[in-house]
Amino acid sequence: MRRWMLLLFILSVLSTQAREIEVCHSCEVTSIQAAVDMAQDGDVIRIKSGTYREHDIKILNKSIRIIGEDYPVIDAEKKGTAFSIQANNFTMEGLHIKNISTSHTSEFAAILMAHSTNFTIRNNRLENVFFGILIEKSTGGSITGNRIKSKSVRQDNSGNGIHLWHSKEIKISNNVVSGMRDGIYLEFAGESIISDNVCRDNLRYGLHFMFSDHNKYLDNVFESNGAGVAVMFSKHIKMYRNVFKKSWGSASFGLLLKEINDAELKHNVFEKNTIAISADGTNRIDYVENDFINNGYGIKIRGACYKNIFTRNNFLYNSFDVAYTGRINENEFDRNYWSEYSGYDLNKDGIGDVAYRPVKLFSYLVTQTPEAIVLLRSMFIGLLDFSEKVSPIFTPKDLIDHHPQMKKIKW
Amino acid sequence: MVSIQNLHKKFGKHTVLDGLELNIDDHGIIAVLGPNGSGKTTLIKSILGMVVPEKGSIHINGKPLKNNWEYRKEIDYLPQIANFPGNLTVIELLKMIKDLRGEAKREQELINFFGVNKFIDKKLTNLSGGMKQKVNLVLTFMFDSPLVILDEPTTGLDPVSILKLKELLHKEKASGKTILVTSHIMEFVESVSDRIVFLWEGKIYFNGSVEELKEKTNQRDFEHAIATLLTGEHV
Amino acid sequence: MFKILKYSFFDLTRSSWSYIYFLFYLLLGIVLLFLNNDLSNAVITLMNVIIILVPLIGTIFGVMYFYNSREFTELLLAQPVKRTSIFLGQYLGVAVSLSLSLVLGLGIPFIAYGLFQSPAIWDFTMLLITGVFLTLIFSALAFNIALSSENKIKGFGYAILMWLLLAVVYDGVFLLSLVYFQEYPLDKFSLIATMLNPIDLSRILILLKLDISALLGYTGAVFKQFFGTSFGSVISLSVLVLWTILPLLNIARIVKKKDF
Repeated sequence: MRRWMLLLFILSVLSTQAREIEVCHSCEVTSIQAAVDMAQDGDVIRIKSGTYREHDIKILNKSIRIIGEDYPVIDAEKKGTAFSIQANNFTMEGLHIKNISTSHTSEFAAILMAHSTNFTIRNNRLENVFFGILIEKSTGGSITGNRIKSKSVRQDNSGNGIHLWHSKEIKISNNVVSGMRDGIYLEFAGESIISDNVCRDNLRYGLHFMFSDHNKYLDNVFESNGAGVAVMFSKHIKMYRNVFKKSWGSASFGLLLKEINDAELKHNVFEKNTIAISADGTNRIDYVENDFINNGYGIKIRGACYKNIFTRNNFLYNSFDVAYTGRINENEFDRNYWSEYSGYDLNKDGIGDVAYRPVKLFSYLVTQTPEAIVLLRSMFIGLLDFSEKVSPIFTPKDLIDHHPQMKKIKW
Repeated sequence: MVSIQNLHKKFGKHTVLDGLELNIDDHGIIAVLGPNGSGKTTLIKSILGMVVPEKGSIHINGKPLKNNWEYRKEIDYLPQIANFPGNLTVIELLKMIKDLRGEAKREQELINFFGVNKFIDKKLTNLSGGMKQKVNLVLTFMFDSPLVILDEPTTGLDPVSILKLKELLHKEKASGKTILVTSHIMEFVESVSDRIVFLWEGKIYFNGSVEELKEKTNQRDFEHAIATLLTGEHV
Repeated sequence: MFKILKYSFFDLTRSSWSYIYFLFYLLLGIVLLFLNNDLSNAVITLMNVIIILVPLIGTIFGVMYFYNSREFTELLLAQPVKRTSIFLGQYLGVAVSLSLSLVLGLGIPFIAYGLFQSPAIWDFTMLLITGVFLTLIFSALAFNIALSSENKIKGFGYAILMWLLLAVVYDGVFLLSLVYFQEYPLDKFSLIATMLNPIDLSRILILLKLDISALLGYTGAVFKQFFGTSFGSVISLSVLVLWTILPLLNIARIVKKKDF
């Protein structure tokens, strides 16, 4: 179906002899809205460099391409949305959009796209915006190479960098989003791929899923966000090769999983997060070959988690590798590498001969009495943890890795 | 030179010095004697400022020695057990004490006199008791102070060395020094002392020359005289 | 005083114990940095060594040196030297030679590893600073104990007991009171309790460079704010200085009245 439409589109472009409308201060057409009004399907609007003080530019049912040359500046002067678009086969690239007003009632955005299919938003620069790119009820688009930057201070009056709502089959790649509330936010969005983006210094989450099933995010970097990624109330999410780092501060997470099922995490790196992964009500999640390095907590399991499997992960120098509340619930830890493991391997098969208990009594104590954290790594706590390891009383008896690896796992 | 008034000292409940009075103005060798626990060492240590008395005062050359340490420049002291830092050699120890006290004119003379040069480069750990005592003697006499205090100077010495020590003491006396000695070797005491100070239960029980002592106790022999002094009190 | 310090120091630099102590750190540093090759792991292991071993060695060495040089001390007491100079000099001799073993033993592998170019230099500097302070503090405490008890065996016993109290028991009581009073706000209590024990304070100062800062945020804003500011660092260092000076003043006080 999509292919057919594309073919039709190409045919129509070829047959109607696409026009090109130039916009500049000394051109015939000096305003973008005027150019849009003139344009017909298949036309190209070429905006030359300069500053255009326009807002609420409306594009309705026109399959056109808007191309900026040398990043013309569209200054919305805090008066509302810059572009609101409802069009199929639409492309926008090379623009520099800035100064979108904030609001508690309306979701003003640099680019608002609604009820559209097959769009491309590429290589734009968005600066000082409320929402960056807001996609509503649209299908089949790509958002690539955009840079979105704001200086959000408070969550309640800031918006998201790329926001998908009731949309599907969207490809979000190679964007850099910083200083927003959420870097990328998906609500009721499906079958989308989010890859090679960098989300840093966002107030809340680098990437946020709500009620969004069957998505993948791959090869992204999440750095110094309030929390790297939050996946909530979503199913079948694949998370591969991402880097989560420096979510460092009170109640900060690398990855927050809440009420999600059937997901897979593979080849991710979690470094220097207060809590690398916090899991709450998650079922059937496979954690395979991830690295947890220098985090406060490696994995914090808060309860109501069933049938999660942790295998072949590297746990390196975390204050607590695993913190666990509740019963074992068919969760499984097997064949991981634990840097704190001090057992031996007499038969030289690469697997420690003594099983390893990753949960420390102290992590249990800290959960009960958070202030006890000031005793971290003291000798008394060391003795306490040791005696608990020898004969577990407070920590789950069956939370045990029977095949701890002797060497760091290479993947 | 040394004047002690009403000196009291207790260790716990045990009274060691009980209103002791002593004046030493004369030159020569004064032996401080007394049974074990009579307070000889405590008296010496009080003079040296190592023991702090509860009551009473000590003046040395007219100066009170409370909160004062510089008067010790004029005292040479030979402690009873000489245990030096083991890792130093003899020459280093000598250097160190010189460093603390200033130039020692008689160092070389004394080293030769006691034959210390034979082991002067050895570490103190490796020395025998007698060797250590010789080093101790060199250390004591090399500063040539007017007041000398010797606590059991004969410990560990062989007969030849004891003779040498006596010879040295006579020389020192002749040069006008005041020397306080404690010793258990009565023969040694008799042969060197000009005056005997006998302590008994924290007080001076006898203070006079060897002859006076013999007279008082009606004994011709010094050792017996002392013994009589000891037992006489009990009878 | 400096003459006594000089001789005590030279005496100790010739003792094989100083070298064993120095070689121990040298070996530890080399193994951790060159064989393990992981800096954060190295810092954590070193921290464990520093907060447990340094106080223990400082205590034992201090007591041992004091008792072993008792007769020599008597010789010095008869010399025209101030009493406090003798003991402070000896104390400094022990403390300086132990500190030097630590600083050189760990410092040489650090430099060889090229830590001056590494961002971990501050972590290691903090390790060395707290290590030196703990040496100073615990040798001073050891001297206090040795001065107060004539009996060698008893003195050793008390010294080990003191170490055990500060290194282990204190934290046990601390933890118990945290658990027991968990309904109350415990921020200030834990801050003060940490400041009062030099081992805990050193541990926190090192950990703040490592993992605790993030975990702390989880609970105590007071704690984090305090240690995050330069005011906090100044106070912490002052407390360590105080921990060094108070036992020394006490040494001076005891020594003035003591009979030898």
